[in-house]
Amino acid sequence: MAEPDALIQTVHDIVQRHGGMPTRLLQILREAQDSLTWLSPETLDAVAGKLGVSPDKVRSVAEFYSFLYTAPRGSYDILFSDNITDRMLGNRELLHALCDRLGVGIGETRADGVVTVGTTSCTGMCDQGPAALVNGYALTRLDPPRLDRIVELVNGQIPLTQWPREFFEVVSNIRRADILLGRHFADGAALRAVLKRGPEAILEELVKSGLRGQGGAGFRSGAKWVSCRNAPGEVKYVVCNADEGEPGTFKDRVLMQDFADLVFEGMTLCGRVIGARQGFVYLRGEYRYLLDALKATLQRRREAGLLGAAILGDPTFNFDIDIHLGAGAYVCGEESALIESLEGKHGVPRIRPPFPTTHGYLNQPTVVNNVETFATAAKIAVEGGAWFANRGTAESKGTKLLSLSGDCKRPGIYEYPFGVTVRRVLDDCGARDAQGIQMAGPAGHMISAKQFDRRICFEDLATGGSFMVFDQSRDILDGIRNFTHFFVHESCGFCTPCRVGTSLMRDLVTKVHTGHGTRYDLEEMRKLGRIMRVACHCGLGQTAPNPVLDSLDQFPESWERRLRSTAFEPAFDLDAALEQARQLTGRSDPGAYLREEELMLGTMP
Amino acid sequence: MIESKLKIATCSLAGCFGCHMSLLDLDERLFELAERVELDRSPLTDIKELGECDLGLIEGGVCNAENVHVLMEFRARCKILVAIGACALNGGVPAMRNQYDLKDCLEESYLRGIGLVNPQIPNDPEIPLLLNQVHPLHEVVKIDYFLPGCPPSADAIWTFVNQLLSGQPLALPYTQIHYD
Repeated sequence: MAEPDALIQTVHDIVQRHGGMPTRLLQILREAQDSLTWLSPETLDAVAGKLGVSPDKVRSVAEFYSFLYTAPRGSYDILFSDNITDRMLGNRELLHALCDRLGVGIGETRADGVVTVGTTSCTGMCDQGPAALVNGYALTRLDPPRLDRIVELVNGQIPLTQWPREFFEVVSNIRRADILLGRHFADGAALRAVLKRGPEAILEELVKSGLRGQGGAGFRSGAKWVSCRNAPGEVKYVVCNADEGEPGTFKDRVLMQDFADLVFEGMTLCGRVIGARQGFVYLRGEYRYLLDALKATLQRRREAGLLGAAILGDPTFNFDIDIHLGAGAYVCGEESALIESLEGKHGVPRIRPPFPTTHGYLNQPTVVNNVETFATAAKIAVEGGAWFANRGTAESKGTKLLSLSGDCKRPGIYEYPFGVTVRRVLDDCGARDAQGIQMAGPAGHMISAKQFDRRICFEDLATGGSFMVFDQSRDILDGIRNFTHFFVHESCGFCTPCRVGTSLMRDLVTKVHTGHGTRYDLEEMRKLGRIMRVACHCGLGQTAPNPVLDSLDQFPESWERRLRSTAFEPAFDLDAALEQARQLTGRSDPGAYLREEELMLGTMP
Repeated sequence: MIESKLKIATCSLAGCFGCHMSLLDLDERLFELAERVELDRSPLTDIKELGECDLGLIEGGVCNAENVHVLMEFRARCKILVAIGACALNGGVPAMRNQYDLKDCLEESYLRGIGLVNPQIPNDPEIPLLLNQVHPLHEVVKIDYFLPGCPPSADAIWTFVNQLLSGQPLALPYTQIHYD
């Protein structure tokens, strides 16, 4: 660990670099950890002192985020992505093999302090898994030979910068392009359009286009921008939600990697339309590898007069963008939790209303849109609302990016006009033998082959873009159990129905999955699911029971064949619970046993 | 036409009979109840063999082998089975022994206690064998309804039994299920 003076100096420099602003707390803690490998109590106290906030507040933030460590970690911190799609690709075997080879337990740090190996939620590399993070940087396409090399690199303590570059290669896998990914876009075209035609005209086009939030919620973007533009307030903000945490979704990663200019242009356009001078990209921590390139893009745009002061030479057009890095918290994908996190707090969703359009970042009017929404808005500003509304269905205009993964020949990004059938998508990606699809991630819906003629649009199957295919060889319950673990990990703990409900649901699913369940347990799951849907504070808890409830309806046979009996089963082994007393008393009379055949189990309802 | 009375059975497992005392606190309402129901096995009737019943009320958790047998018999013979009181719902006071090993509990009581004559752990087959932990009812059989309280007040029991017997939706006023 650093010497006390050195530690204070390091913290001092980092806090200085962030202007001593408490809103930068999360960024400060990330950087402090990068320098010092973990956040010791001394580090947290130093940060609190320099920022002038209470040590408890700093601690609460440090303890909230998965990627902030308040206990020592290895110099190499390896986290395997543990989404069901990684599991389909054999990540568990690789994880166990790596732990064996390195001589470290899962979730533990090796005694010499060199390496920690654990798991984390989906890292968004589902089309090129099994994936992992090493010190926050994405590793893709892990296989036994790569693992062998990693063992050597770790044991040889080779710096990350000297690891083979191909280990970190992230490909885009764009398989089908339509109006968003397919057509050329000249940088600055949307900004010229708004300067030429004025914000009102652009807003009109946006409303006419019918564009809806592409993160999945589907709120009409035009209405959101109008509401924020009209909201009273001198200072307004634009926030791009790039906290793409829904397992199985990776289209925003591809947009940020290949189309960052288009996204930034959409944000800048929004800034002009609503009257904001500052924008933020909230980039999920798992996409840390994109940060340097994104900063370079922002700098290039400043130099080209597309960002910063006097954009395109207009002294009234000032707008800049800052990138905030998340730290492993799914709940921060919810817009009000994201804003809390941007303000340097732990990410607990706010009570809405008021909505961010009137009370967002620092309680000022704020537009929060998904990455894909900003990119699309930039195109609409150039091509017009009618051009966009030409595609899609009555209520879902334009196109949608789908992230395909799981059991298909060609996983990757597919752009379709809204209204495409599930069957068409399956044909295109080479999923010949699909049993079911988890649509829109664990929080979305699971559908079976009977529903493959349904259409992807807000009128039928709404989605943020996750599309995970399970073929006939898969046990649907493996996926469901994986998802229940995900929600337990990601529940922020603020409200009881979610904090307790997600754990109870995991326990019930595990009971059935391991062959101890009964029909009564299935009924309990339905009851619990209904309570969570109405009682949880935010969307995370409300949607957490979806995969369980859907699969009970869509795949009843997957559940029923696991049931031990259709009657109630005790939660523990009755006779084994007498063993200790038998030994203490030395009894072996008939009354000293609870034999199943003598109990009245069979007659119970 | 003479309407047949509904049959109710009650028992106390690992409990203190406090819930039964609360039942007796119904006072004069007991007469009204007696007109509508017939008590089967219950500490109040001293009937030993449980018959087919409409409703079973159980206080206390499950601490020994006999409790398991009695509970399962109730489950098999009662159409509706209700866990009454904190011990039935959560294990309650008897479950405080769960944080100790059974061996330590028995030795503390029967070997190391002050003033013991001829100390030994009882092993007579007449005495039900203890489970290593005390469990709430729902971990052993399916429970249809849970009435919390230590004990639930006579009013709460009255509301609950009346609503149940008359087929109304169960809804207890807040005053009957708050404990502060």
